[in-house]
Amino acid sequence: MSRSIALLICLMGGLTMLVSPFLPMATGWANDVTDWFNILAAMAFVLGGGSLLKVQLMRLSARGPGWGYSALTLLAFIVTLWVGLGKVGVVADPSAPTVAWSGKPDDEGSAFWWIYLYVMTPITSTLFAVLAFYVASAAFRAFRAKNVEATLLLATAFVILLGRTFAGVVLTGWLPDWASGLRLENLAVTIMDVFNTAGNRAIIIGIALGVASTGIRLMLGLDRSYLGGDA
Amino acid sequence: MVLGADAGFMNPEKMLLCVVLAATCACILASMVAARAGRVPKIRRITGLEAVEEAVGRATEMGRPILFVPGIQDMDNPMTVAGITVLSRVAGTAARYDATLDVPVSRSLVMQAARESVQAAALQTGQPDWYDPERIRYITDEQFGYAAYAAGAMARDKPAACFYMGCFFAESLILAENGNAIGAIQIAGTAETAQLPFFVASCDYTLIGEEFFAASAYLSGAPDQLGTLRGQDIVKALIALVLVFGVVMATTDAFSPEPASEPTAEVAP
Amino acid sequence: MSGGLDRRWIYLGMMLAVALPILWNGMTGKTFPESPTPPSQACFDAIEALPEGSRVLVSFDYDPASEGELAPMATSFMRHLMHKRLKPVIIALWPLGPTKGEETISNVIKADFPDRVSGRDFVNLGFQTGNEGVLKVIGTDFRKQFPVDRSGMPVDRLPIMEGITKVGDFSLVITISAGYPGSKEWVQYVSSANPGLVLLAGVTGVQASQIYSYYPGQLRGMLAAIKGAAEYEALVSAVVDGDGVTPPRYTEARRRMAPQLFGHLVLIGLIVAGNAVYFSQRGRKAVAR
Repeated sequence: MSRSIALLICLMGGLTMLVSPFLPMATGWANDVTDWFNILAAMAFVLGGGSLLKVQLMRLSARGPGWGYSALTLLAFIVTLWVGLGKVGVVADPSAPTVAWSGKPDDEGSAFWWIYLYVMTPITSTLFAVLAFYVASAAFRAFRAKNVEATLLLATAFVILLGRTFAGVVLTGWLPDWASGLRLENLAVTIMDVFNTAGNRAIIIGIALGVASTGIRLMLGLDRSYLGGDA
Repeated sequence: MVLGADAGFMNPEKMLLCVVLAATCACILASMVAARAGRVPKIRRITGLEAVEEAVGRATEMGRPILFVPGIQDMDNPMTVAGITVLSRVAGTAARYDATLDVPVSRSLVMQAARESVQAAALQTGQPDWYDPERIRYITDEQFGYAAYAAGAMARDKPAACFYMGCFFAESLILAENGNAIGAIQIAGTAETAQLPFFVASCDYTLIGEEFFAASAYLSGAPDQLGTLRGQDIVKALIALVLVFGVVMATTDAFSPEPASEPTAEVAP
Repeated sequence: MSGGLDRRWIYLGMMLAVALPILWNGMTGKTFPESPTPPSQACFDAIEALPEGSRVLVSFDYDPASEGELAPMATSFMRHLMHKRLKPVIIALWPLGPTKGEETISNVIKADFPDRVSGRDFVNLGFQTGNEGVLKVIGTDFRKQFPVDRSGMPVDRLPIMEGITKVGDFSLVITISAGYPGSKEWVQYVSSANPGLVLLAGVTGVQASQIYSYYPGQLRGMLAAIKGAAEYEALVSAVVDGDGVTPPRYTEARRRMAPQLFGHLVLIGLIVAGNAVYFSQRGRKAVAR
């Protein structure tokens, strides 16, 4: 019974989203469906937070290897929640200076803002920057001229790598205007704009059809694995 | 919900799109009905999905866990749904071998869906006690926080098999390179075209775009689901025809002589 | 080990290739000259073509992780808009986007254009949750999604928002994006629904290959990665500063091109080394057979 209701909701939600671009009267319905999903996802966060606390507390109490990380995770979780919900250090909004907590939790000078600026920003930037090292390691291993296709890929990589820097200008900037298309920086744009775009569009068309087919299977209840299958 | 007084029943600007969508759906549905009637299409082998058994078996032999990452998006993303479908297959195989399966997730709803799916797979395999909900746990919504956890878990637990099935962004290479560094057998699947090169470079098998969406039909083996794949291919062939027609028209137009400009009509005062 | 070489050597090489040019930049202040590629030039031209006082919607769809690539784009866009006396309306589809918008306002508008007033010449409307759902709604009812600005002032009382009821009422839309939701969603849900609307995008290098598919059709122009940012920054500097000195905060993108160059050279070196290892191993195997 509960599975049938879930499938019915899936069908109704899917149909609403499907027709909304074509029927002006359905635009509001589609917005409502999106809102419902957002509300559901926000409520589900309680489950996620609960899972996080439970797992970390279990690790902490078991004192297994790495329990210190669990303690740190719990500490960060509780402190951030406290300074955000409690609006610690928030200055009252100028429009309502006498009302306590009228400022926003992330206003400049608040504890939440401080965590964002001095903890969150450097950590996430560092992790993004780490990609440079992984790209180097993957490039060393993956770009091998094993056959004609791989060699073409290798040559393309060289053109893009050089064309996207000043090296391209130094190496081929001397080419006359009538051959400017062969300058590395222009070749890089041509590769991205023509060959890359053609390949990407082909993959995107396949993906779009795959999404359409998956959508139909989900709406008709043919594919129920995300609900736990037919069990 | 507001319905404007001047809003017509149908948006005329979207009529062409509506026709294309209707034709696509009709093709897929017709192929599905045909498959049910016995005209089941033959599907080529998808090596990435065939390798699931090998990867899980290897993890069991080595006594190491299996790591499954269902992407970093929520259940409203079709890639996440496709990832959960593959998860149910991996979980079924892992339950049969009694291997340990870890599923860290970055969205609470995905955690719930993954738990349902894994529990059902364990029941279907006849191993209900194998299912441990604590192994499917929420980490964080934050992209790099999640990636850092997964990379750390790989370094600590040294999983023998890593699956990355879902929607990924910049964290894809962090995950795949860490998995590569510990020597895990890696299988990835995504429709995020920007991340495909990274997975191809670092993983043993990669499901590219539509292959990934075909996974549920492929794994189920159900005729009606397989039929939808044929419908997809028919529409793709039609699109290719339209593309060729467009290219021919545009090329002809580019080489045809410019029409002589017509003299401006004199307007009587 | 990565193909016969300890990964740590690779990491060390990359670290030096990035760190040394940064130090060189810091000491000399020199940057490489930039000549614009068509996608960057198209961004510049689209903004140049707007009449004074036009309202421009700028969406900050990124967070601190991709700040290195995208913040210089945001700075240059804002500087160009202010110089042209255009009126940016800032929104964000990412929770940390409004803070990035606020930083850009602080670095550009408050620092160099102090006569511009919030609510009249620019405004930050903050973040709205809902990803592409937000884009669908602002296509028909902008104020439903963004009823107040970041300080809580109703948009009905903001002069800059006068006559704006839907996204199609803006003269230009700019999205500076790092992933989902971002440029792709703006194309799918806004550009496609408003065929006449001019849309520009600033994207990360990883995204660029995907977003190129929409240029120059749905996207009038795009800044691809730090290279695109540097090209656009040079164009803006040329028109704003002329022959004068450009303040260092407006050369951020160009200063990052030196680390980019040496990073790429290290990559090329690694690829060559990887192939040398591969061919030598293949040769040994052939001899052994």
